[in-house]
Amino acid sequence: MSEAIPISLTVNGRTHRLFVQPWHTLLQVLREQISLTGSKRGCNQGVCGACSVMIDGAVMRGCLTLAADAAGREIVTVEGLAVGGALSPVQQALLDHGAVQCGFCMPGMAVAATALLADNPSPSDAEIRDGLSGNLCRCSGYVKVVEAVRSASAGGAS
Amino acid sequence: MNDYVSPVGQGIPRLETRDKITGRAVYADDMSRPDMLVGVIVPSPHAHARITGYDVSAALALDGVAAVVTGVDIGDHKIGPFVKDETALAVGKVRYMGEPVAAVAAVDLETARQAARLIDISYEELPAVFDTDAATAADAPALHEGFADYIKVFEADSDRNAMAIIEIVEGDVDAAWERCAAIVEGSYETQAQCHTYMEPCSALAEIDSNGKITIWSSNQSVFHVQSFVADSLGLPMSKLRCVTPQVGGAFGGKMEQTVQPAAAALARATGRPVKVTLSREQDFEMIRSRHPGKVWMKTGAAADGTLLAREVRIVLDAGAYADDSPGVAGIAALFCRGPYRIENVSIESRPVYTNKLRSGAFRGFGGPQVAIAGETQIDEIADRLGMDPIDLRLKNVVLPGEEWMIGVALNKAGLSECLERVRAACGWDAKRKAVSNGSGRKRGIGLACIPHISGVLTSGAIVRILEDGTAVLNTGAVDNGQGSDTVLVQICAAALGLEVDQVSVATPDTDGSPYNWGTTASRVTYMAGRAVVAAAEDAVAQLKQRAAVMMECAEEDLELRDGGRIGIKGVPEAEIGFRDISGFSHWVAGGPVIGTNSLAYDGPDFDPKRGYLKGFPFGKIGAWIFAAQAVEVEVDEATGRIVPLKVWSAHDIGKAINPTAVEGQIQGGIVQGLGYALCEEMVWDSGRLANPSLMDYKIPGIMDVPPEIDTMLVEDPDEHGPFGAKGVGEPPIVGIAPAISNAVAHATGTRLRRLPMTPERVLRALRG
Repeated sequence: MSEAIPISLTVNGRTHRLFVQPWHTLLQVLREQISLTGSKRGCNQGVCGACSVMIDGAVMRGCLTLAADAAGREIVTVEGLAVGGALSPVQQALLDHGAVQCGFCMPGMAVAATALLADNPSPSDAEIRDGLSGNLCRCSGYVKVVEAVRSASAGGAS
Repeated sequence: MNDYVSPVGQGIPRLETRDKITGRAVYADDMSRPDMLVGVIVPSPHAHARITGYDVSAALALDGVAAVVTGVDIGDHKIGPFVKDETALAVGKVRYMGEPVAAVAAVDLETARQAARLIDISYEELPAVFDTDAATAADAPALHEGFADYIKVFEADSDRNAMAIIEIVEGDVDAAWERCAAIVEGSYETQAQCHTYMEPCSALAEIDSNGKITIWSSNQSVFHVQSFVADSLGLPMSKLRCVTPQVGGAFGGKMEQTVQPAAAALARATGRPVKVTLSREQDFEMIRSRHPGKVWMKTGAAADGTLLAREVRIVLDAGAYADDSPGVAGIAALFCRGPYRIENVSIESRPVYTNKLRSGAFRGFGGPQVAIAGETQIDEIADRLGMDPIDLRLKNVVLPGEEWMIGVALNKAGLSECLERVRAACGWDAKRKAVSNGSGRKRGIGLACIPHISGVLTSGAIVRILEDGTAVLNTGAVDNGQGSDTVLVQICAAALGLEVDQVSVATPDTDGSPYNWGTTASRVTYMAGRAVVAAAEDAVAQLKQRAAVMMECAEEDLELRDGGRIGIKGVPEAEIGFRDISGFSHWVAGGPVIGTNSLAYDGPDFDPKRGYLKGFPFGKIGAWIFAAQAVEVEVDEATGRIVPLKVWSAHDIGKAINPTAVEGQIQGGIVQGLGYALCEEMVWDSGRLANPSLMDYKIPGIMDVPPEIDTMLVEDPDEHGPFGAKGVGEPPIVGIAPAISNAVAHATGTRLRRLPMTPERVLRALRG
């Protein structure tokens, strides 16, 4: 075994001082070292998107990012979307539209939708689909997910 | 003042949504226990081989390894819902590549994986068969030499690797063909579809000092888990407590054993908590899939379109173990006639062992394999007779008050209305008349009808009134994400006259929950829902009994009032709230109010005078549900690509307890149906699964879904269903492939008989 690397990981505004192995992924460290189990391991090879997190504002795969590479950067996970206990607009819309079934894809979907709207506050339906095209869902058929994100956007119905 | 609105019929968000979108919801792999170990399963590298020896010494010598268990350790305890033919870890022989052979527990995943590679198992390879033709050949090796001695829960003939021969015969097909003006005949082939629930299988097992094992796992029935773990390890059921955290999708794939026996065996071997979570690759290779099917079918109709006869031969590739195969083959045999009055049928259905991954339950349960044949033949008959496909169907669909298959009376059936609603919504008549000219992209529209059940087997419910007059509901029914917790709470609250937030729902737990056979067969809303209504009524009767003592009146003079009160009929001001009644019953007299109910599906039987049914592996089934689905497509003649433009789906559901949840179920089922129709296919290279990853096995993403899916709910309340409700889970997936095949035929005149309808298959068919 090689030497563990000391890193400082800033997640949802809180800084954690940790020792990680060089091969540990960000997803592994979030789930196993700092008990943030919201990000899910659906495939561990970057396809399903259930582990999506924001790193410096960009959506990244937690399973394809080495924890050591994420040191010193601003990481936001699904647990960081609701501030002070109030659901974010994206979360509220997913709830109101009944978009959530088994929910396993939802942490990644909610993170991806949040990043999408931060980047493009009034996306068209095509842009919503494009923005969520890296997140697989097996329950919903995506219909209510698109409706929810549309309503949470700046141009969404009140 | 009474502004109470019944929760039934309200599209409220699922109760656990807030937890799921904030990352707080706990799934099995999110759990950990003090001193917990990680378990890894060692798969068979061979499709068919005799195990000749084990050497686990190198694995056990590795620092951090706590235990290795093999089939020798757990013993030859066979499990299986229909045929007890497999062990949780292979004993004596392996029968598919990926079959669990051993399991190892270590301090972390890296160590466990390293140890798994050090376990040395020797094999002597045996001849293997990879499809049903090879498996039924005269010289095929027998997969299960001891088959005759296996325990089975049904009686059927078998023939070497064909584990069951199921027959349904009514009338006289041979005589009927002569009266037919149009006869169509064809062979159809369908593929293995992977459930691809987003959450890979996971279980955490912990043993206490009395030897009782608690198992938290992703599953569809805690009672099934209790039963198959007990059977597989030779334990009494009382030594197992099975619990369910949130489940990340199942669709049939988690109905039988996954990794629970291995986790329990490792916990028993080490005395420590052990968690086993499969990688996505192992989940693909180890668990189960939808049966590949080969169907030959012949259908005939009179000149006026009356369907007269259908003859069907179904062969399902069951893989190495029976699992739910006899059940799937039975349902395929039952529903291959479609939702039609056909007086003459001759059906045979055979599930066949092969040296591949076991096939099992998957949403639709035998329906999709036969719908592609049956529903495209209806269109071909319509074409031959110059009739509109919907007109032909309307002429033949079963109607309320009629008897249909094997003499079962049908009290309600909303299929005609489903067809009319779809016809109007999709602009059918105009679109069918439009003819695609020239070459390039051609448009077409097609339709299919679906019959299914939602009543089978047993359920129970317990409704307890707490000291403050609120309630807790316990059904033991596992919510796989489809929303049954929410729907059952809505039913319970409505039956008690309470608000939804006044009813708590208990986690399914074999130590405390009443039995529920499973979250499967589209049955939870109908079966568990009926138990909930009856248990709530039992609680209300007890509340009335206590209230009668308190109010010094007769129980018959009391009524339930909305908002959680019992009052004297005709005297609006004379009433007491549940809180006062429950306080009285807890502390003064009568005892805590605990309403209970348990039931077995009790619909009418098949009539043996009306038909011959042999080898059918179910007892009573029913609570029939119906649907009609249309898909409009564009077919690119240059690339062979089929683009679904819009889907219309109408469902006979009795009553929508939660219309939003029903819509979501339908939309999700349709998209799984699009995957089945167009792109999903597990491919084997001899015994090796060639595409065990989400990269190589393609499920629909958001870009693959048509922008519009129009769902229509036909609500004609069922007389026995809770508030009139029936099930809806399975039909949405079933009609999509045949509707698309019919749409492609409308667009191009070419008939596709093999799934999935990939661009290369479409191109090949278009070029003849």
